Amino acid sequence: MARKLMKGCEAIGEAAIRAGCRLFFGYPITPQNEIPEYMSRRLPEVGGTFVQAESEVAASNMLYGAAGTGERVLTSSSSPGISLMMEGLSYIAASELPCVIVNIMRAGPGLGGILPSQGDYFQATKGGGHGDYRCLVLAPWSVQEAADLVQDAFDLADYYRNPVLVLGDGLIGQMMEPVEFREDRAPCRPLLDKREWAARGWKGDRPRAIISSLYLDPEVLERHNQKLKAKYDAMVRDEVRFAAYGTDQDHDVLIVAYGTVARVCKTAQEDLAEAGVRVGLLRPITLFPFPYEAVRQAADRARAVLVVELSTGQMVEDVKMAVMGRRPVHFYGRQGGMLASPEAVADQVRAILSEAASATSRRAARRGGAS
Amino acid sequence: MMELVFGRPRSLTRVPTHYCPGCTHGVVHRLIAEVLDELGLQGRAVGVAPVGCAVVAYAYFNVDMYEASHGRAPAVATGVKRAHPELIVFTYQGDGDLASIGMGEIIHCANRGEKVTVVFVNNAIYGMTGGQMAPTTLPGQVATTCPFGRDVEHAGYPVRMVELLSALRTPAFLARVSVHSPARAIQARAILRRAFEHQVAGRCFSLVEFLSTCPTNWGQTPPEACRWLEANMIPYYPLGVFKTPEGPDRAPGPVEPLSRGGSVASPMPTAGAPGRANGETGD
Repeated sequence: MARKLMKGCEAIGEAAIRAGCRLFFGYPITPQNEIPEYMSRRLPEVGGTFVQAESEVAASNMLYGAAGTGERVLTSSSSPGISLMMEGLSYIAASELPCVIVNIMRAGPGLGGILPSQGDYFQATKGGGHGDYRCLVLAPWSVQEAADLVQDAFDLADYYRNPVLVLGDGLIGQMMEPVEFREDRAPCRPLLDKREWAARGWKGDRPRAIISSLYLDPEVLERHNQKLKAKYDAMVRDEVRFAAYGTDQDHDVLIVAYGTVARVCKTAQEDLAEAGVRVGLLRPITLFPFPYEAVRQAADRARAVLVVELSTGQMVEDVKMAVMGRRPVHFYGRQGGMLASPEAVADQVRAILSEAASATSRRAARRGGAS
Repeated sequence: MMELVFGRPRSLTRVPTHYCPGCTHGVVHRLIAEVLDELGLQGRAVGVAPVGCAVVAYAYFNVDMYEASHGRAPAVATGVKRAHPELIVFTYQGDGDLASIGMGEIIHCANRGEKVTVVFVNNAIYGMTGGQMAPTTLPGQVATTCPFGRDVEHAGYPVRMVELLSALRTPAFLARVSVHSPARAIQARAILRRAFEHQVAGRCFSLVEFLSTCPTNWGQTPPEACRWLEANMIPYYPLGVFKTPEGPDRAPGPVEPLSRGGSVASPMPTAGAPGRANGETGD
C-alpha cells in the first residue's frame, strides 16, 4: 500500500484490523474518540464487531470475555478511562489472556485536561490494577511507529498470552502523518494454537476451558504467581526495544525520552550539535521491559544524564535505577498538557554542562587552595 | 435390562458442591444442567460465574466456563457472545453481584438485547461475605449491616429487577420463579428452558430470577427458610413471566397521567405516543 496521510488514532485502528483484530469494545473519551469511531465504521466491512460499552469498566470486561475465546481483541481509551479498565486488566493478566489496550494519555490527575501528557507511565509499567502482574508496554513516537507497534502488539499478546499496552500521548493520537501498511508484513512472533485453552464450547476433545483468576489455595496461587513471573522474565530477556541516536560515541549529555517527547529531544540534539555540544539520545520503545542495560551503557559514555518527560518525573526513576549513581541524572518535565520545546531542552543541556563546568572549577580551586 | 430413570445431568461435573445444607443454589445448578442436556447444548455452552457464593460454579458446570469480576458477568458474556455468536452463553449471578455492583452491566446488557441468558439468584442477602444487606433484602429484614432491620428511609426499598428491566423497550424474555418446593422447581425448569430456547433461536436477551433461600445467613432451618420465602418474598417479588419478545413494548401507560394545562411546563410524552417527544404538545 502506498503512503497515506492518516491521523494517529485512525492509523491505530487500521493497524489493528490489518493485524486480524475483529472485535472492539470501548467507551468515548477525548482525545482518542477517532479510534472507536474508525472501528465502528471499518469493522463491519471486514466482518468484525464493534460494541460501544456502557463504561470503561464494562469495556474491559467485554474484552476479557472476547479474549477468552482466543480472538484478537482491542480496546482504547485515555487516562481516566484507563483507570476504570484496571479491574478488567488485572483479571485479563491473571487469566493469561491476550489483548491489546491503547492509552492515548491526557493530562491528569483526576479529570485533568484533554491535552497530551505522559503521566500514566507508573500506571502502565508498574502494575496499575491490583495484584502482581505486568503488561508489555510499547511507546510509539510517530504515527507510522504507532501503526507498526499496534500490529506487533497483537503478535506479542498472543505469544505471551498477556495484555499489551500501547502507550501514546495525545499528540500520537491527534497528529496526521504519512503511514504505510506493508502488505507482506510477517508476524513478529510465531502464531501459537489457541484451541487448547480458548473457551469455544467443550466437546470433550480437550480439558474444559476455565477462564479464571481465582486460586483459593495459597500454594497453588503462589505457583501461578511464579508462572506469571517466569513469563515476565522472558519478556525482560527477549523483548527490550529501544532506539539510540549518537550514543555509540562519547557525548556530553545523554537524553532519555520516549514518545513524541523524544522527537523534540532529537531536534534539540541536532541544534546542539551545530553548536558543538555532543548529545546522545536514547529512546525506550518498550517501557516494560525497560532498556536498563542500554541506558546504563549510554550513560557511561556521557558526563550527565537528562530525562525529559511530560510529567513531574516517572520514567526518571527507571533511568536512575539503570545509571545506579554513576552519573548525575537530571530531570526536565512539563505538565498539564504543556509541551517541552527543543529550545527549552537545549537550555537544560547547556545549564547541566555549565553547572558541571563550574563545579569542576570549584573543585580545582579548592585543590589549589589546599596545596 | 435396567432403565436409568434418574441420574446426574451430563452438564454437571461429578464434584460435590460447597453450598450450605438447605441452600437452593444446588437446585438451580441442576435445573440449568438439565435444560442444557435437554436442548443438547453442552458442547456449545459457555457459562460465566459471578463473585458471591457461586464463585466456583465453574467447577460444577461441565461446560467451558469463565469466572468474572464482581457484577461484570453480563459484560463478559457480551464479549463471549459477540466473539462467537454460535455459542450459548449464560451468566449465573446473585443479588449483590447483579442488582448492586453489577446494576450498570445488567441493564445495558439487556438494553443492547445481547442474546445471552442470565440466571439471577435472589436470596435477599449477601451469602459469601457473611449475611450483609443486599439490594433485595426485604424491609425490616435483619442482616449484619442492618442489625435493626432494613430501614427503607435510608436504604430504600428492595430492587425488583425483573420489573425494572421490563421497562426497557428492547425485546426480552423476563421471568421470576422460585425453587422452594418441588412443584415450583419443576415450573422453574420449564421457564428456564424457554429462556434458553429464545437464545438458541437468536431471538432476544433472557433473564430468569430465582427466589432462593439462605438458611445459614437467615438464621433458619431449611424448612423454615422455605416457609419464610413463601410468606415474605413471594408477596414482594411476584412470580411469573413479565416480558416476552412477542409481548407489548412497555407498560401500557403512567399510573397517574398528567392532565393538560397543569403547572408542568414541559408535558411528559404520553405512553404509546412516541411522536410527542421533545416537549411538543401535539394539539
